[in-house]
Amino acid sequence: MEATPLPTKQAAPLRLEQALQLLAQAGHPPPTGEAGSTRWLQGLIDALVDLSSRDALTGLANRRAFELALARETDRVARSGEPALLLMLDIDHFKRVNDTWGHAAGDQVIKGVASALLDSVRPMDVVARTGGEEFAILLPNCGSAFGQTVAERVRRRVERMPMQVAAQQQIGVTVSIGGAFAPQWVRSTPALWQQRADQQLYLAKAQGRNLVRLEPAAVSVVSNEEKRLLFETSQFHDLE
Amino acid sequence: MTAPVPDSAAAPPSPKVLAITSGKGGVGKTFVAANLAAALARAGRRVLVLDADLGLANLDVVLNLFPKITLHDVFTGRSTLADAILPAPGGFSVLLAGSGMVEYSRMTPELRDQLQQVLQDVTPRFDHVLLDTGAGISDVVLYTVSLAGEALLVATPEPTSLTDAYATIKVLASTQGRRRMQLLVNQVRRPGEGRAVRAQLQQVVDRFVNPQLDSPVHLDLLGELPADAAVREAVQRRQLLLDTLPGAPAAVAMGAVAAKLLT
Repeated sequence: MEATPLPTKQAAPLRLEQALQLLAQAGHPPPTGEAGSTRWLQGLIDALVDLSSRDALTGLANRRAFELALARETDRVARSGEPALLLMLDIDHFKRVNDTWGHAAGDQVIKGVASALLDSVRPMDVVARTGGEEFAILLPNCGSAFGQTVAERVRRRVERMPMQVAAQQQIGVTVSIGGAFAPQWVRSTPALWQQRADQQLYLAKAQGRNLVRLEPAAVSVVSNEEKRLLFETSQFHDLE
Repeated sequence: MTAPVPDSAAAPPSPKVLAITSGKGGVGKTFVAANLAAALARAGRRVLVLDADLGLANLDVVLNLFPKITLHDVFTGRSTLADAILPAPGGFSVLLAGSGMVEYSRMTPELRDQLQQVLQDVTPRFDHVLLDTGAGISDVVLYTVSLAGEALLVATPEPTSLTDAYATIKVLASTQGRRRMQLLVNQVRRPGEGRAVRAQLQQVVDRFVNPQLDSPVHLDLLGELPADAAVREAVQRRQLLLDTLPGAPAAVAMGAVAAKLLT
């Protein structure tokens, strides 16, 4: 075989140079097999799929791949009844890092957080970078009893990890985490699930940052306080 | 095997499908389902009542039907869906569960797919599909409600019924993202009590539930039905109130409730 893969007759009309350049640029190994063969083309497609599913800076799942995984998991949970947890994360005061140390340092912090996240969850969990300093973790088969523990572990891992922002200069960053479990057995939407987790992230930010907030389990228990108001005979009674 | 079930996101629940639920049992859920269906049928609508109280079905009892074919036969492949849809006395159709199907009291992946498939197949053939759910907030009930575009809560002014209705609202709001729910107050002792009950429930929801949500839950009052001895009489005779005693106050009120659904 020659060093540069020459497309065969079959693949000749296909314009593949740019695809191959993209793979090389991303440090992806070239497809194996005879250039232009079905196996080689499949390898090329697989590599491109992988490339378009990853965040270029961190190598985590990108937003597109995350949304696909979330839709699959929403459906799977409603079918199987297994519990699943979605965590939404955001680096606290990230703008300060950029403003103080520059964007290259900001990129280093994002990469550091990404690796802290990957280190604190299971291989089956999907860790994604969904925006600038925003991340998401999707944990299939994660029971409600473990949610707080795993989210705290993630938060602490980031808090303790020193981030190299310049030669001889390390800083610490923190993340705020909001989470919600997928409703078991209930037909729901990925958008609704994400909204619920985002709502908790918003609360974690509002309550001081570097915090975990998980949506409380749906309680069908009615407190005495609620009952008292429910059976209040007068609409004009003093509510306080 | 059964046909693949579409993605949950792909097919949102149809607004034609109304789940009738209550939290507490014995508040007249099945009575409402049957007579509301009859009232809608009188207005020329094609109506199906699906007895989704799979563990303890009683629509057949209320309608005095002795079904040979039930949902169970459809689920097990012993009958086609078309054969299981039976005509009911009030001019509407029913799909009955048959009593004592204890194996359906827990949710399973199979049951989930079967229910969704059945609903998907029947919905295009009717103008209204009423789901008569079981009592309580079990996973079967919650799942059934999640298949419906609209949720109707039946409650009486009794404290236990109000408490259970409120608990149901909380759970539906937090797990299904429901922000509008219909309320039907049954067995009211004075005109306007339905409105007071709605206001009372809304007040507690505003105070304890809505602050936890991104957007507030709103309860709509679909109507109220007066406490009426005629209801008891019709149920004991196993007849539709609208057929036996169409002039009874509760029957007239049911007509008004149906009229609201027609618009």
